[in-house]
Amino acid sequence: MHVEEICRLHSTYREDMRVMGYCFGKGDKSACIVGAMRGNEIQQMYICSQLVRALTELENNGCVSAGKSVLVIPVVNAYSVNTGNRFFGVKDVDINRSFPGNDFGEPVSRLADALLSRIGEYSFGIQLASFYMQGEFVPHVRMMETGYQNTSLANLFGLPYAVVRRPLPIDTATLNYNWQDAETCAFSLYTNCTDRIDENTARQGVAAILRFLTRMGIIRYESHSGYISHVLYESDLSDVYAGRGGIFRGQVKAGEDVRYGMELAQIIDPFDGRIRERITAPTDGIVFFAHTESLVNESDVAYRLIHRLHE
Amino acid sequence: MLEKVFETELAVGEHLAVRRNRLEPEGGWKKRITLVSGIHGDELEGQYICYEVVRRIKENSRFLTGCVDVYPALNPMGIDMAHRTMPKIGMDLNRMFPGKEKGSMTDRLTAAIVDSIIGSDICIDLHASDIFVREIPQVRLAEEFAEELLPYARWTNVDMIWMNATATVHESTLAHSLNLMGIPTLVIEMGQGENINRSYGDQVVDGIFRVMQEMGIWQGPVADTREPAVSSDGEVEFIRSDVDGVFLPQAEHDHYVHSGDLIGEVVDPFEGTVKRQIYAKRGGLLFTLRAYPVVYEGDLLARILAQ
Ligand SMILES: [Zn+2]
Repeated sequence: MHVEEICRLHSTYREDMRVMGYCFGKGDKSACIVGAMRGNEIQQMYICSQLVRALTELENNGCVSAGKSVLVIPVVNAYSVNTGNRFFGVKDVDINRSFPGNDFGEPVSRLADALLSRIGEYSFGIQLASFYMQGEFVPHVRMMETGYQNTSLANLFGLPYAVVRRPLPIDTATLNYNWQDAETCAFSLYTNCTDRIDENTARQGVAAILRFLTRMGIIRYESHSGYISHVLYESDLSDVYAGRGGIFRGQVKAGEDVRYGMELAQIIDPFDGRIRERITAPTDGIVFFAHTESLVNESDVAYRLIHRLHE
Repeated sequence: MLEKVFETELAVGEHLAVRRNRLEPEGGWKKRITLVSGIHGDELEGQYICYEVVRRIKENSRFLTGCVDVYPALNPMGIDMAHRTMPKIGMDLNRMFPGKEKGSMTDRLTAAIVDSIIGSDICIDLHASDIFVREIPQVRLAEEFAEELLPYARWTNVDMIWMNATATVHESTLAHSLNLMGIPTLVIEMGQGENINRSYGDQVVDGIFRVMQEMGIWQGPVADTREPAVSSDGEVEFIRSDVDGVFLPQAEHDHYVHSGDLIGEVVDPFEGTVKRQIYAKRGGLLFTLRAYPVVYEGDLLARILAQ
């Protein structure tokens, strides 16, 4: 393993922000894994750190294939992690909405450009990503529908679900989209949380990435075979909205089976404690996403359900 | 008449509501103008403009022959908190259009805003600059709608029309969505974030009355309006810092500079040294000047509209 500085940013008031890469193996640029791009992506950073640890051991045991190399960048945005902000700087810029970037542009645009020019040539790109809403996901791997996406490769992570998202204009500035544009086969990996560490799903995330790298012949690693993934289109998920605002008392977790009509959550009046609304399942299905915050606004997405596939 | 175009229940004892004031003449009307502001909660220049437009119309309502809809705050909680984005979710509301009727809260909010503007003959979206740079009053046009919008833009009494296909004109903005639907929509940018420059405000208010006059919405007297400079990207020189430090401007915003003039300095407060002196490469109007002192490498210091 060797450590490489990908890029750095100077501040008059702080130590330089250095974006560090951990490189394993020598040869083709096979796979690149990127962690915290937002300051609250603690689980994402943790997964990368555990991956660096696992790959160090594998490399020492001669388990990185000849002619292949892997790069892991655990943290892109250390400044924001340390100040507890999601986005970068006083200007509050989302680095994951700043790609492909520009060498002559804004500070974050230069950072994105430096990062992409270093990581754009890998065959496979895996980003540990987070969602803008607070909540819990079933661990899954996500691809953008760009025309280049290859969902059969997404199955190789062995996570229960692979989700294909049709990009909106707002997605075109993400790393995932621009990686695909640079002909890297790009995946975003979501576990159940962001700003805290969940050891179980972190382990599952590390195992999924190692499994993928093994199946692509980049490393040799004894892994159990994982799940056979279901491929879903994001547009096929059914969104269940909160009909009222108030205190959110969720009754089901991500991954649970629900039946049509079953109570999923209660919304409680924050003043008198009475139930304002009982949210029920509109269909039989599996909870793909669950709102986890204590409060909810009217029309917030409370749950996203996968319709049960009747065989 | 104040109307709610959108309302949704927040968690604790409050509704998020988007309100507009509809001003109409008694005997019916044919043409309708919509003024919107406050998509970005840290941009307050439009608050004065909305106030002043409503005030002037109420003072001389006999001259009103069309419908004027004024929306001072499309992102009311953002303005209340001086947040550019939607508080809590941190999403830029002006990247969420056109929205959809059955969707998340922001989807419904943006869809309701668009729905309420449909039927207008023109829409003007009033923005300010951010807190980082000062701007002169200007209309920014996407190239694809430029031909159609240019005649309206010339009436707005701004100093400059910037045909800018890439830098600040995005898809999924309110203006783009409305222009696609055939409602001519102008984006006016001016001043500085978290501030009101009253003379810029008065200038743009005069322009809005000129637009209303041209469209048969206002029959009263209208101030003379200026002919804006029309520029494309090639005439705009961007000056960015190539070091971090503290920027101290030397030149005056909204003034002409000559090639070789000192625009400002980037200094180091620890060492007491000047790290860079920033000079104009081309002469012209200094239409953008940095207001926020601390800079990283890459931050915008100034823009010059070359002559
Ligand atoms: Zn704005």
